[in-house]
Amino acid sequence: MAIPNKEKIYVQDVTMRDGMHALRHQMSLDDVATIAGALDRAGVDALEVTHGDGLSGSSFNYGFGSHSDLDWIGAAAEAVKTARITVLLVPGIGLADDLKDAYGAGARSVRIATHCTEADVSRQHIRVARDLGYDTACFLMMAHMTSPEALVAQALLMESYGAECVYVVDSAGAMLPADVTARVTALRENLKPETEVGIHTHENLHHGVANAVAGIRSGAVRVDGSLAGLGAGAGNAPIEAMIAVFDRLGIETGCDFAQLSATADDIVRPLMDRPVRVDRESLMLGYAGVYSSFLRHAEKAASDYDIPTSDILVELGKRKMIGGQEDMIVDVALDLVTARKAAS
Amino acid sequence: MTFKVAIIGSGNIGTDLMMKILKGSDELEMGAMVGIDAASDGLKRAADLGVPSTHEGLDGLRALPNYKDISIVMDATSAGAHMKHHPVLVADGKQIIDLTPAAIGPFVVPSVNLNENRGESALNMVTCGGQATIPMVHAVRRATDRLIYAEIVASVSSLSAGPGTRANIDEFTQTTSRAIEKVGGAERGKAIIILNPADPPMLMRDSVFTLSQGGDEGAIRESVLRMVQEVQRYVPGYRLKQDVQFETISDNAPLNVPGIGRVSGLKTSIFIEVEGNADYFPSYAGNLDIMTSAAKAAAENWARAHNVEAA
Repeated sequence: MAIPNKEKIYVQDVTMRDGMHALRHQMSLDDVATIAGALDRAGVDALEVTHGDGLSGSSFNYGFGSHSDLDWIGAAAEAVKTARITVLLVPGIGLADDLKDAYGAGARSVRIATHCTEADVSRQHIRVARDLGYDTACFLMMAHMTSPEALVAQALLMESYGAECVYVVDSAGAMLPADVTARVTALRENLKPETEVGIHTHENLHHGVANAVAGIRSGAVRVDGSLAGLGAGAGNAPIEAMIAVFDRLGIETGCDFAQLSATADDIVRPLMDRPVRVDRESLMLGYAGVYSSFLRHAEKAASDYDIPTSDILVELGKRKMIGGQEDMIVDVALDLVTARKAAS
Repeated sequence: MTFKVAIIGSGNIGTDLMMKILKGSDELEMGAMVGIDAASDGLKRAADLGVPSTHEGLDGLRALPNYKDISIVMDATSAGAHMKHHPVLVADGKQIIDLTPAAIGPFVVPSVNLNENRGESALNMVTCGGQATIPMVHAVRRATDRLIYAEIVASVSSLSAGPGTRANIDEFTQTTSRAIEKVGGAERGKAIIILNPADPPMLMRDSVFTLSQGGDEGAIRESVLRMVQEVQRYVPGYRLKQDVQFETISDNAPLNVPGIGRVSGLKTSIFIEVEGNADYFPSYAGNLDIMTSAAKAAAENWARAHNVEAA
């Protein structure tokens, strides 16, 4: 089940998935229904709806969600007429069985996400997703941490398991357009012609939209964005600005940027309990190449242990911590407390 | 007397286990090393060290002249393969120690429930993450009135996660979650595994988060410290990386725990580091070391019980 219209870019919204990180996974079912309905009317192809860390992400480590994935998915599925409901699954956190339940709740598209060097843990989940009839895409997260050549090898594994699309995912918002171009081009040249390539960006270095453009110009046909940029770290490419830029560049999407802009400002921005923007903390994520979702957990640890957030983030980067290792944030904060005591 | 052991599976786990038994055990001696790949390093080492070996799997083991002398068979293959091995070994009257996530026999975590399952013909060693964390879950359980929820995050170096683990990572999380409940004593368990490719490789790290009611911080901390020592008896590189951390979850800001609902209590965070003994795999692979060390401890316990019966 590839993208329905080959003539235009496939726009995937992540407000109700990546955006969950920015709201500490607290989003009401009413807000999900309102946002899903508005995205559907504005012409977005698909909306991702789950805990920020994917199906079964609700936990101490990543934060307990205000609602279950199935309730969120159900609320969104009821509110849309044409847009697909997408879910995220991170092997090691969620289970292949979760895909069955999500399908039952109305999900029809999935992104199966692994760290950029660990694609072989996704095989069983890709097979289950394909058998269930999901549109099945894969995420290679933290793609800045490996070379374009190594990324190709991992993408080929996912393709061999049945992935219909492989995304270059800049989880740390650490890439510049040339980094995106190199990776998307390498995937496009080496995957089968029928396997699509996607691009997922973050704003940490303020390049979310520019990187999305670079991805499309290198052959990506699926692109992620979120209303008002609601997402981990400094957020994702703001979908309203991204569509406006695509309009100016003549990149066809079928989306109405003015409608998206209104929803971003009127509905989504008021939900933020911490501004989603490039600031000294989120900028450090991009600069140090650290997983964007660490931001709010690091800010809590900074407050609990009286250590600057940016010191924690930089140390996490030095230790080469990857997506999912939120437990190491408190560990690092405690090490920094010990080091400070030793120094004084 | 000592009992002869056969190990099925000549990969990382099986080979590390063989090296540990050869290095010294009062109760065990190597009887056979069994693989399916004649070129595997484990089988080569066995041959070099004078351990009878076969590359023809279980059939090859049963055809070995000393098969009748083997009392304990330790299976370090995969859950799927173990399902086939199990009935044959039971019929042959062998004591089974299963290191796969097949979980046919009862779960055994030596520091928690070693003696409870002495009479069982098959023991299952859960998972590496389970061996590293369930002692901590149980330590909180025994110091509190109610252990509502326990969650573990096991981070291992990519190099130490073999193809079997990678091909079926859900088996790891599901088996570990069940054992957190059955052996650890939590009403609800959750397990997460992370494969980290950092170079140089990171030591195995395990974080344990629990939500409990009734029981004070001092008693929980004391129980955790005592349990760390109990695990160190068979895994010397098992360490508490940080002081135990506590956070009160109040009634007006309850957590929405999946499967439980909105609930308050005391959150306990325990940070563990496991350094391996480098008997076969390098020291960062604490995940392999804790599994083989626990399995050896279970086999030795069985042997001691049988020596007592014999005496």
